[in-house]
Amino acid sequence: MAITAPLPQPASNPWRISPWRISHVRRELADTFTLTLDPPAEAADAAAAFQPGQFNMLYVFGCGEVPISISGAAGEGGRIKHTIRAVGAVTRALQRLRAGDVVGVRGPFGAGWPIDDAAGSDVVIVAGGIGLAPLRPAVEAILHARERYGRFIVLYGARSPEDILFARDLGRWSSRLDTFVDVTVDRAAGAWRGNVGLVTALIARVGLEAEHTVAFLCGPEAMIRFAVGALAKRGVEAGRTYLSLERNMKCGVGLCGRCQLAGQFVCRDGPVFRLDRTPNVFQVREL
Amino acid sequence: MQIIDAIGRSLQQVPVFADLSADYHQLVAGCGALSVFQSGETIYREGAAADSFYVIRRGRVRLEAHVPGRPPCIVDSLGAGDPLGWSWLVPPYRLQFDAKALELTRLIRFDAACLRRKMADDPRFACAIYERLVPVIVGRLAEARRQLMDLYGQPAGRSQAWR
Repeated sequence: MAITAPLPQPASNPWRISPWRISHVRRELADTFTLTLDPPAEAADAAAAFQPGQFNMLYVFGCGEVPISISGAAGEGGRIKHTIRAVGAVTRALQRLRAGDVVGVRGPFGAGWPIDDAAGSDVVIVAGGIGLAPLRPAVEAILHARERYGRFIVLYGARSPEDILFARDLGRWSSRLDTFVDVTVDRAAGAWRGNVGLVTALIARVGLEAEHTVAFLCGPEAMIRFAVGALAKRGVEAGRTYLSLERNMKCGVGLCGRCQLAGQFVCRDGPVFRLDRTPNVFQVREL
Repeated sequence: MQIIDAIGRSLQQVPVFADLSADYHQLVAGCGALSVFQSGETIYREGAAADSFYVIRRGRVRLEAHVPGRPPCIVDSLGAGDPLGWSWLVPPYRLQFDAKALELTRLIRFDAACLRRKMADDPRFACAIYERLVPVIVGRLAEARRQLMDLYGQPAGRSQAWR
């Protein structure tokens, strides 16, 4: 049985940039941080209604605009979180901002994880590196309605123990008897007592009933490619496998064409795609 | 005899040997013994004779490389159902890494000389063992190469500059 991803809900005016105030900045890793943003009153309802997996365009005035996935809700009033890795000019400018500063926000955009349609199935989350950020709201949504799902498995891979994102959340999820969490790193030294190896090794080991399993994957495409292969080897169908892709998104609504991938736009038709409807980025080198 | 039967039955649950014939299960089990290691205990050390081969029944094991002047570098971790060690297959039969139990770990320990002797006596049996262990070796080599690819890193350079 294939599952349908939720249709994108376009923002009421996708071009309008709203000023959101940063209420909190949290350093997650050496190069990764989370901004908690307060929307203006008129944007609060739309902000609170985001679907896990969607993204906002964050605009640093005078610098530029970047697509950033929503990494969680933060209490009342539509306050939401974005977890960002500083890798370029705009994300580094975001890293320099402090509580009280204002960023421009457009969104939310794109298709999210099919949380509701996965009800009744086992769910496997496979994340790598900062790919856990767009999946965190999905994990929280499933845990919030845990009784609607079968087995719930979260597999996470990072470069090293120091690069594990949301370690506190992983610990909290792992402490639940109804959730299986396993973490692995590429390399570690003496004190680390966890797994060493790729996240694909965790997929090979975990107990799965493939025909009842829906998989959500997010991370660098190199990781997704091998994780998709490992899931297929375990019998999880492409029609039950979802992944989040990233391209240079600009307009957010499929008009400018910057994020076009084969016949689809990552900003409008994704970023969450069902594997059997995904442009073949893993095999076609030109994509 | 009871222990050999118990090991033979255990091997049916081990993915790598699950589809061996009953006769071969008994042949492998005849070289086996049960063993237990406490958390933190060393199972074997790099450079020692590869006189044993293990299958993990329960628990977790990590493989470490000793690097002078640095803490041990952890190169892999293995869990229930995984075979442990293949230096016993290849002369000069010397272990390449340290193996330590990360928690209470129960293993089946096989006498490598006993297995090698049975493989030399019965080429079909040898072929059956190689057919099952070579894919494990190839899989771990591929994983090790992918670990070198830094899969969780962002693409470097201009491809991320727009961000």
